[in-house]
Amino acid sequence: MEAIDIFSYFLLLLLLLSGVKVVTTSNVIHAAIFLVFTLATTAVLFILLSAEFVALVLILVYIGAVIVLFLFGVMITRAPLGPNAELDNDQNKLLAAVISLSIFGIFTYILLQTFDSTVVISEGTSTKLLGEILLSRFVFPFELVSFVLLGALIGGITLARKDNALMDEDQI
Amino acid sequence: MSFSTELLIKVLVVLATAPVMALGLTLLEVKGSAWMQRRPGPLHVGLRGFIFPLATAAKYLQKETIIPNDVDEPVFKWAPAWVIAAVVGLFTIIPLSPTLIVRDLELGVFFLLAISSISTIGVLTAGWSSANKFSLMGGLRAAGQLIAYELPLILSVVGVVIQAETMSTVGIVEKQIEFGFPFVIAGQGIAFIIFMIAATAEMMRTPFDMPIGESELTMGFFTEYSGIRFLIFYISEYINLFVMCAIASTLFLGGYHVPLLPTEWVNFYGPLVLIGKTFLLAFILIAIRWSFPRFREDQLQTLAWKVLIPLSLLNIMATAIMKVVF
Repeated sequence: MEAIDIFSYFLLLLLLLSGVKVVTTSNVIHAAIFLVFTLATTAVLFILLSAEFVALVLILVYIGAVIVLFLFGVMITRAPLGPNAELDNDQNKLLAAVISLSIFGIFTYILLQTFDSTVVISEGTSTKLLGEILLSRFVFPFELVSFVLLGALIGGITLARKDNALMDEDQI
Repeated sequence: MSFSTELLIKVLVVLATAPVMALGLTLLEVKGSAWMQRRPGPLHVGLRGFIFPLATAAKYLQKETIIPNDVDEPVFKWAPAWVIAAVVGLFTIIPLSPTLIVRDLELGVFFLLAISSISTIGVLTAGWSSANKFSLMGGLRAAGQLIAYELPLILSVVGVVIQAETMSTVGIVEKQIEFGFPFVIAGQGIAFIIFMIAATAEMMRTPFDMPIGESELTMGFFTEYSGIRFLIFYISEYINLFVMCAIASTLFLGGYHVPLLPTEWVNFYGPLVLIGKTFLLAFILIAIRWSFPRFREDQLQTLAWKVLIPLSLLNIMATAIMKVVF
């Protein structure tokens, strides 16, 4: 076994441990920080697979934006520190186990169906190529996704904003 | 040389350079402020004030670490680590010459934006875990500010990337050499100003220091920190100042290159040129810090969302049109 294999197995172990901690801890902030570890380990695994762009997107979007917004939300709504008893319930454990096992099964099945035991050796992704493909072959899905995101953005603003007929125009 | 030896040497060089640059900029800051406000300490005491930063560091190192009772201890203790890891990580892509660089990444500029966003987590968790209302307010202000100013920072760099047709930092400097003019003259002047304003806000320096704001929030998100952990926040502020100014010099001011000097000696004068440009930019930011009062929170958000972001979007459009036309 080469050093890089040992390193990958170590990362996978870390990924598994932090993933388990995300769902078992009863402190929201601790869960968010373990989620950062989970995402960061995934990013490192992507770098080992020479998919640098995906790794950096993972860091920029998930760690830099999603987790930050999550922490921001927690800080606004839940100021007291410490564990939260509501997060520790026994009600739906069976349902959760069934759902997570079936997701695991589906992913394993798809991966085995697609790759089986073939080893894919890649020279690494060229970002230039990725950009060209995104704006030529996949330009329609790309524009469609942007449109859906724009719709979500406008929808979010409309839902969050109160009817401002009662508000003074200069108060906004 | 094997990969791991090379990696070890590079890491050691970066770990030695980062605090030295921070000390240099601390000296520039205290001397600049002392010069502008007639403070005797940094100008006359101890070798004409030159050992001032060392004395500051020594003072914080021998102070007691105080951890309040109600804090969330692991989160509180590790919060400074996020911040300093993010800023030191950015040394990877600063080119001192075409070869003197930790790693010339193909996605250099993208790496900058991704890694610098990590420090927000440190600031937020520091503010939250301190169990102090001033810290929490500071953390909230910091989060709002960092999210708002990350956008103009990214969008202003996009213009440079379009014009240089590459995201590698060495590639961007080489493009400027080939072009004959640095990008600040050749079309990206507005982007440079937007970048510097957004970088000042990201560093939370005056006039954008509401998250710290001594007169309102004691020390904002790091009110409860003392000793070595306070020193880490303090030093990472100056490492960040160095990194941001070095990146700005690389992207807009031609980096390690100066006209007329022979390019085959770039390994000798390159580092000096880049550090010179960096300290010049840092001096401008220091002069701004000691001349201007703090903005109001709503003015800060208005400036980001209503002025800087539309302006940088227009800059991207204009750059793209020019790129197609010429």
